[in-house]
Amino acid sequence: MAAINRDDVAHLAQLAHIEMSDAELDKMAGELAVIVDSVKSVSEAAGADVPATSHPIPLANVMRDDVVGHVLTAEQALSGAPDTEDGRFKVPAILEED
Amino acid sequence: MSGDTILGFDEAMAKYDPVLGFEVHVELNTATKMFSSAPNVFGDEPNTNVNEVDLGLPGVLPVVNRKAVESSILIGLALNCKIAEHCTFARKQYFYPDTPKNFQTSQYEDPIAYDGYLDVELEDGTVFRVEIERAHMEEDAGKLTHMGGAAGRIQGADFSLVDYNRAGVPLVEIVTKPIEGAGSRAPELAKAYVAAVREIVKNLGVSEARMERGNVRCDANVSLRPYGREKFGLRSETKNVNSLRAIEHAVRFEIQRHAAILDAGESVVQETRHWHEDTKSTTSGRPKSDADDYRYFPEPDLVPIVSTPEWVEELRARLPEPPAERRKRLQADWGYTDLEFRDVVNAGVMGEIEETVAAGATPAVARKWWMGEIARRAKLADVDPAALGVTPAVVVELDRLIASGAINDKLAREVLDGVLAGEGGPAEVVDARGLAVVSDDGALQAAIDTALAAQPDVAEKIRGGKLQAIGAIVGGVMKVTKGQADPGRVRELILKTLGVEG
Repeated sequence: MAAINRDDVAHLAQLAHIEMSDAELDKMAGELAVIVDSVKSVSEAAGADVPATSHPIPLANVMRDDVVGHVLTAEQALSGAPDTEDGRFKVPAILEED
Repeated sequence: MSGDTILGFDEAMAKYDPVLGFEVHVELNTATKMFSSAPNVFGDEPNTNVNEVDLGLPGVLPVVNRKAVESSILIGLALNCKIAEHCTFARKQYFYPDTPKNFQTSQYEDPIAYDGYLDVELEDGTVFRVEIERAHMEEDAGKLTHMGGAAGRIQGADFSLVDYNRAGVPLVEIVTKPIEGAGSRAPELAKAYVAAVREIVKNLGVSEARMERGNVRCDANVSLRPYGREKFGLRSETKNVNSLRAIEHAVRFEIQRHAAILDAGESVVQETRHWHEDTKSTTSGRPKSDADDYRYFPEPDLVPIVSTPEWVEELRARLPEPPAERRKRLQADWGYTDLEFRDVVNAGVMGEIEETVAAGATPAVARKWWMGEIARRAKLADVDPAALGVTPAVVVELDRLIASGAINDKLAREVLDGVLAGEGGPAEVVDARGLAVVSDDGALQAAIDTALAAQPDVAEKIRGGKLQAIGAIVGGVMKVTKGQADPGRVRELILKTLGVEG
């Protein structure tokens, strides 16, 4: 039983700002369902005593000292921007405030 | 904008029981960002404190700032939290130009600190325990300036300009559990809670804690329910309330607004609200919606943080004296009454008085200056007393000059003018401005003779033993000498002139 259907895919696409055609939604619904089922079989194999893996490499505490290092100039920082003004990135007004 | 009906606060409180919740964001004062080595500095030219990591360019690898982690643990410990032995970072996805990566690196299921509490003291000394749900690490977003349209508001803006200097600045978000039972003291508690958090992070030295710069920001959740009902009502979340007074006002306003809605038999909309300082009211932001599905998942570029007991205990040993205990100790040391001490605390000059006493002033002298002349000037200049530019050393020197008779209180105020105008230390100002008291008895005697001649009836009263009349003559002399006389010496000379025993 697939845990993901066409509406779910459309919803996710919207959240991720990915434009998808009807044909793509149909196709992805099928493919994602298979992937979700596959992942589910992993969950079934792992017992309650196995903690979820957040990272494939068994490392922890990779940290750096609080010392200022590499920094860009404003010109460098803005060099890839489609539009700039007053040393800042210029973007369309977006009404979704947060 | 705000067409909201509100109910009187007392009426609202008579009918409904408020439940509060707070999310306080604290910006850490580390030298560098949370995940990049770019500088964490406020107020620089736009986009000069960023590197590829802060801009979310492809192929970059974030690396955690150890000091930011330690500061977060310190905050957790100061809030009586448990520290996670193992925790991870997560991506919180949203699309908005303040975050160039289209996700904020945060923590989700396993915050670094959890299950704590903070005992908050209200103005009358009542202690209210606020339970802390969690404190987690994350990064700040860039700053947007909305251009065109009406007065910088986003509504009607033509475009926005983005400065990413703040993007990636380490943040600790402190989340309370629902706060029940505050009753009509809810607005006061809201203010006191944020003030207490601010004091703690300042005391820890992990944040500049300046609310006007956004170092400490509060989102306030408010809901109402009829008394006796266990289930919470629907809540509103007022975002980014950035002064202590505004937090109190915002909570009060939301209680009154919710009460009016419930009274009308309607339902509160679960939404974010924006606080407006000018109208002292909130307006609707946006309803909670699908957009709030942040699709958190573990951050694959960062490995877990593991805290050993040794590390945590080493940090615990660094904790300074908790602010509430420090206050009790200082009040006892200084011998201030409860009222005097509360005034000092509310004026925000406790630390300044402590330093001034340490620099050699008596507690009484330190209080006289910080609560008197300095507070008055700070109020006029609309700044905090500490920001005025008077150092403890200046206060000590002013007091020494007064005690030695070199200047009097009135002249001391002029000396302070000079110090604040950048003319040097108090002694230099006294010299440069010629402010030393007139101690030349000849000059004083002439002024006294003139004053006595001008008021013969007063002179007669003094001769007759009515010594309280002397004030009129002293006043006359002070006027003639433009305040540059030592009133004590003037009094002595008047008595001597009139042949009266003091």
